[in-house]
Amino acid sequence: MAIIATKETRLVVQGITGHEGTFHALRNRDYGTKVVAGVTPGRAGQDVEGIPVYDSVADAVEHEGANTALVIVPPRFAAEAILEAAEAGVAQIICITEGIPAHDMLEVYHYIRPRGIHLLGPNCPGALSPGIANIGIIPAEIFKPGPIGLMSRSGTLTYQIGGELAAKGLGNSTIIGLGGDPVIGTSFIDALDLFQADDDTEYIVMVGEIGGNEEEKAAEVIAERITKPVVAYIAGFEAPPGKTMGHAGAIISGSAGTAAAKQEALEAKGVRVGTNPTETAQIMADLVGKH
Amino acid sequence: MDLYEHQGKELFAKAGIPVAEGRIAFTVAEARAAAEELGGTVVVKSQVLVGGRGKAGGVKVVKNADEAEAAAQAILGLDIKGHITRRLLIECGVAIAKEYYVSVTFDRSAKMPLLMLTTMGGMDVEDVAANHPDMLARLHVDPALGYRGFHGVQLMAAAGIPLDERKAVGAMLAQLYGVFQSEDAMLVEVNPLVFLEDGTLLAADAKVTIDDNALYRHPDVEAMRDLAAMDPQEQAAREAHLAYVKLDGDVGILGNGAGLVMSTVDVIAQAGGRPANFLDVGGGASAEKITTALEIVLSNDMVTSVLFNIFGGITRCDEVAKGLLSALEKTEIRAPIVVRLDGTNAEEGRALLAEAARPEITVEKTMLEAAATAVRLAKEAS
Repeated sequence: MAIIATKETRLVVQGITGHEGTFHALRNRDYGTKVVAGVTPGRAGQDVEGIPVYDSVADAVEHEGANTALVIVPPRFAAEAILEAAEAGVAQIICITEGIPAHDMLEVYHYIRPRGIHLLGPNCPGALSPGIANIGIIPAEIFKPGPIGLMSRSGTLTYQIGGELAAKGLGNSTIIGLGGDPVIGTSFIDALDLFQADDDTEYIVMVGEIGGNEEEKAAEVIAERITKPVVAYIAGFEAPPGKTMGHAGAIISGSAGTAAAKQEALEAKGVRVGTNPTETAQIMADLVGKH
Repeated sequence: MDLYEHQGKELFAKAGIPVAEGRIAFTVAEARAAAEELGGTVVVKSQVLVGGRGKAGGVKVVKNADEAEAAAQAILGLDIKGHITRRLLIECGVAIAKEYYVSVTFDRSAKMPLLMLTTMGGMDVEDVAANHPDMLARLHVDPALGYRGFHGVQLMAAAGIPLDERKAVGAMLAQLYGVFQSEDAMLVEVNPLVFLEDGTLLAADAKVTIDDNALYRHPDVEAMRDLAAMDPQEQAAREAHLAYVKLDGDVGILGNGAGLVMSTVDVIAQAGGRPANFLDVGGGASAEKITTALEIVLSNDMVTSVLFNIFGGITRCDEVAKGLLSALEKTEIRAPIVVRLDGTNAEEGRALLAEAARPEITVEKTMLEAAATAVRLAKEAS
């Protein structure tokens, strides 16, 4: 069944006529994702290689039955694009855009959360269920189908670990990028619950990094209600405090948000934490071999 | 973006929050002139983006212009935890009766603004939180609701603010929350918030951090950026829109994607090396971009070897190899480069590098092997 990117996905791409939007919409369609519509205000009636373009997400929902939105629009319009999709009744929104102001995301978060709308990202690579559907910018060629759910705050680090798993003959149920911003729609805890409920997922790899305390909170939840084996990796042990390490959310504030604290919290709950991506994949390979 | 005290106070003054009258001085002569203009007792304060100025000798209360001149002489150039003082704030001296602490922070864990207030002002708030947690009142504000009067009432009661002070402190809370929201701040902190002997309330310090992603709608704040205080590599990277953080080692690091580069930095340290920097080249593989990134990494004199770590996704490794080879034509490379290409079209990329047979390039297949080689080369060079 996989999660987020599934056979049932009917995708509308917001920003489809932009360079990135067109490129990824077509890549996602080539992979087998049902890309049913695109949205660019003022471009209704046009099409992108057969994908109909609408003025609004509401029109895409009405005419094409879109149930998932992919947001690839510039940062100053992205928060509004998410809200537009939410108002149009789309149940799942995946936002790739990097650089959305944090205060805008607070507003978005508190709007969608009580309405049960699922947001992935922003500043994330999307979701890929190998062999089923790809939503976003994850290079699907690296991954193959299998029993491991993979979730991460970083794109390329996900590819690195996915690549290492694939080299050991291991595949994934779904790979999801949670995003590198301080306020993101789907936390590790949300993703853990989705993977726990997913029949295709037998194991879980979580890839965290410095900043915030979502990994620490996830450790509590893993001990409390996740029965599937979880292996973790944390990046940023050498990061100096007070410096943003590429991702807006990757910053040690005072003494909070260090990699060491995250590792300690996870290990205290029995989660094995690899010291580098290679070792992390090896721990998972050993685990799968044993089961 | 972290603001200096005087810049934070500019934002405060704009919002109607009372601050002491002050002047900026970059030289001893300017400091003297400011003290003469303000008259009487003044405070000479180092402007650096780090806490603990007082303990480091960066704040001096002086009685006249001669003393101000001497204080400026002592403080300009003062190194406070690695931050060199290049500017001073000269402020009118005030008679302080009481010191409190107040802040609004962006609580990313709760995903709400967090107000904190304590009567234990002038101390490190982390110490107050650790040693006197009962003294630190904390209250989240639902961002959909915004700050309301009752928030202030609750917070001030919890912090034990005397009844006769609540009108003034409550008004200040509302104004500080206003700054937090309207300026897209991640932090607005006043420590200390002071009552003067005549009963007026004043923000005696200002620590403000603005969200980098929101600077496009705050050009006045962007203009406050102190480019002169930036590390030369960090400044060059900023101009080229590359994420760069300087570290103190000798192995230069560049790669694609923040997480992968952070991980590369860690792996270099695990291999016994000392990372010189973090640099995320981002997506794409243009020769210009790779050239600029390499030039920035190598302009740090400490660097004696470079690790170029790429996991190709949508950007294919053969494109990256071509970009790198053409970058090598454009710029002089003074240190060995270890290249690791993995992911999409990695074989083709490695073949291109093998064919070019550039003496400065060593190709490794895995991230760990590449890290070990880069560390070895750095050690050989030192």
